Amino acid sequence: MSDLLRLATCGSVDDGKSTLLGRLLHDTRQIADDQLEHVRDVSARRGGELDLALLTDGLRAEREQGITIDVAYRSFVTERRRFILADCPGHEQYTRNMVTGASTADAAVLLIDARYGVVSQTRRHLAIAALLRVPHVVVAVNKMDLVAWSQERFDEIVADVRVLADGLGVADAACIPLSALEGDNVVTKSAAAPWYTGPALVPYLEELPLDGLDDTGPVRFPVQLIIRPDGEAGGGRRYAGRIERGTLRTGDAVVALPSGREAVVEAIEILDEQLEVAGPSLSVNVVLDREIDIARGDLLVRRGEEPNVRRELEATLCWMSDRHLKPGQRLLLKAGARTTRAVVDEVRERLDLESLQPVAAPDGLALNDLGRVRLRVADAVPADTYAECRATGAFVLIDDATNDTVAAGMIA
Amino acid sequence: MSGAALTPQLSSLDALESEAIHIMRELAAERERPVLLFSGGKDSIVLLRLAEKAFRPGRFPFPVMHVDTGHNFPEVTAYRDRRAAELGERLIVASVQDSIDAGRIADVHGPRSSRNQLQTVTLLDAIAEHRFDACIGGARRDEERSRAKERIFSLRDDFGGWDPRSQRPELWDLYNARVRPGEHLRVFPISNWTELDVWQYVEREGLELPSIYFAHERSVFERDGMLYADDPIIERLPGEEPFTTSVRYRTVGDMTCTGAVRSTAATITDVVAEIASSRITERGETRADDRASEAAMEDRKREGYF
Repeated sequence: MSDLLRLATCGSVDDGKSTLLGRLLHDTRQIADDQLEHVRDVSARRGGELDLALLTDGLRAEREQGITIDVAYRSFVTERRRFILADCPGHEQYTRNMVTGASTADAAVLLIDARYGVVSQTRRHLAIAALLRVPHVVVAVNKMDLVAWSQERFDEIVADVRVLADGLGVADAACIPLSALEGDNVVTKSAAAPWYTGPALVPYLEELPLDGLDDTGPVRFPVQLIIRPDGEAGGGRRYAGRIERGTLRTGDAVVALPSGREAVVEAIEILDEQLEVAGPSLSVNVVLDREIDIARGDLLVRRGEEPNVRRELEATLCWMSDRHLKPGQRLLLKAGARTTRAVVDEVRERLDLESLQPVAAPDGLALNDLGRVRLRVADAVPADTYAECRATGAFVLIDDATNDTVAAGMIA
Repeated sequence: MSGAALTPQLSSLDALESEAIHIMRELAAERERPVLLFSGGKDSIVLLRLAEKAFRPGRFPFPVMHVDTGHNFPEVTAYRDRRAAELGERLIVASVQDSIDAGRIADVHGPRSSRNQLQTVTLLDAIAEHRFDACIGGARRDEERSRAKERIFSLRDDFGGWDPRSQRPELWDLYNARVRPGEHLRVFPISNWTELDVWQYVEREGLELPSIYFAHERSVFERDGMLYADDPIIERLPGEEPFTTSVRYRTVGDMTCTGAVRSTAATITDVVAEIASSRITERGETRADDRASEAAMEDRKREGYF
């Protein structure tokens, strides 16, 4: 059985992203005949050439205006691996879209046009990948055919990417020279660049280690709900949730937070299946040796591995609403299975995406701004930092007047 | 790699299953009156299995509902009733015929008529009647272009409509389940699954499916390149002569808009092999309702269709 890699692709139509996606899907034989037929039909009716962007641009407005509105999710499978691809448009709303796509990604593919090299969009994309801690970044240096497959040009770009990646703390940012239009180095290695000794894009992605999950760290089990068995035969209560970090074992001594009450894990189960151990991202029921007071949003941790329980949070936000974030604003904060009231005490600074330097934020944060804030929460949150664990250090902010999700947050 | 893995790498099916269970539990915890839409089709059969894994040994925290056009395959409605009884969960059947009898909608007639579109009114009426605030559905992003952009927790307005341009951003696995009175959510736990994932899961879990998913001899006739069941419900046009051949259904919807495919795949293993080598999507091959226009699905979803 293959494993699953979640991928985010970032770039604009001008970088040839739609062509690359079309290539990826076409050359891995994911596009069915009726889908291709449909694209041919629509392209022909508009009197243009075959437009592979029509495969991904599904909404009426997108087709009418020739733009991509939102993150699109699609699946493809190779012999080695199953992929879920979040396609993030590069133009409008790029920050909000890329943050969304990157939040679940194991790897991000950033597109560069070989003729222009590292441009400000590349800097922004890499900065966001770094901020969201996407475990792997792959830079697809596209349109190599337009620079005559020049090794010198490619080496220049690699050097520029390296400097940028080092500055942002991105350890893994491989560069692959390719031509999406011609299909060179996408699925199969191209003869056009004998000097390039690395793998083509798809084989590279097939080999990436899946190391985004922390199975050795402290156990974090947010309780989503309490299951009360139907009838006497069902046994005691189950605590239902997903292991977000670490590896839980039967016999582990655990503590429920925030109450601090202790118990021992008697069983871990998925329906009728009994597990001795369960690692990150697995949804299970946990049975404890005694019934203690636990509610939705509480956190089960192993004794001795308790996280800090915080009432004040330092965090990086990506602001996603048309209405500015101002100090003093009250919002709802959802982290794991816990939702609590929060107030933004201070907007410390904003990240300038051109210089990649923090700057003052006297007007708060605007749509698509990234910035550092200090928050206070009504109910203390047992939380890790985002750097320690993506799954337990992330939150969203919700405006309870509109019910909109207005920010992505990462605990510092 | 972060050292030696303590737990075996999850397979893609395990990862998809775990995600879907997490989604169902989030919804059940955050909404008071959800309902699971169950058509007797393979995707909603998978949803029921996932609900067992999410909520047993407790009861499901929601009833199960079928919107019945009255033109469904009898094999499927029989399966539906049997499965709900086996699970011991409450089944609500919202009937399009009742909506017609009550004068809520006018029935459609003629050889090319289908009650498929009429389902929307019955569904929205049932949501209002039972005051449901969320519907769990088996839609998948790989089915259709507009679905690729839909959130897992997708908001519907007072009229049941979907506005693709003002969707809430969905980050990490932190779902926003908030609704105002009159609004409701459509929640899609198997958004990220493909048709093949569904079949492999059916095989792995040993799930029973309605018999029409497997090859059987059936009297059919051909229209627009699709094979329709020869049944009194569908009026044939001149020249549409029925013939008997070995077919199976890839999707299960209303009889008037769901086509069969020629197939000899008699077991799940045969079907998995057939789908793995298929060059045509399931909706493209068997759903007349999606062929109406370039954005047929998007338009129907804006009006509240599932």
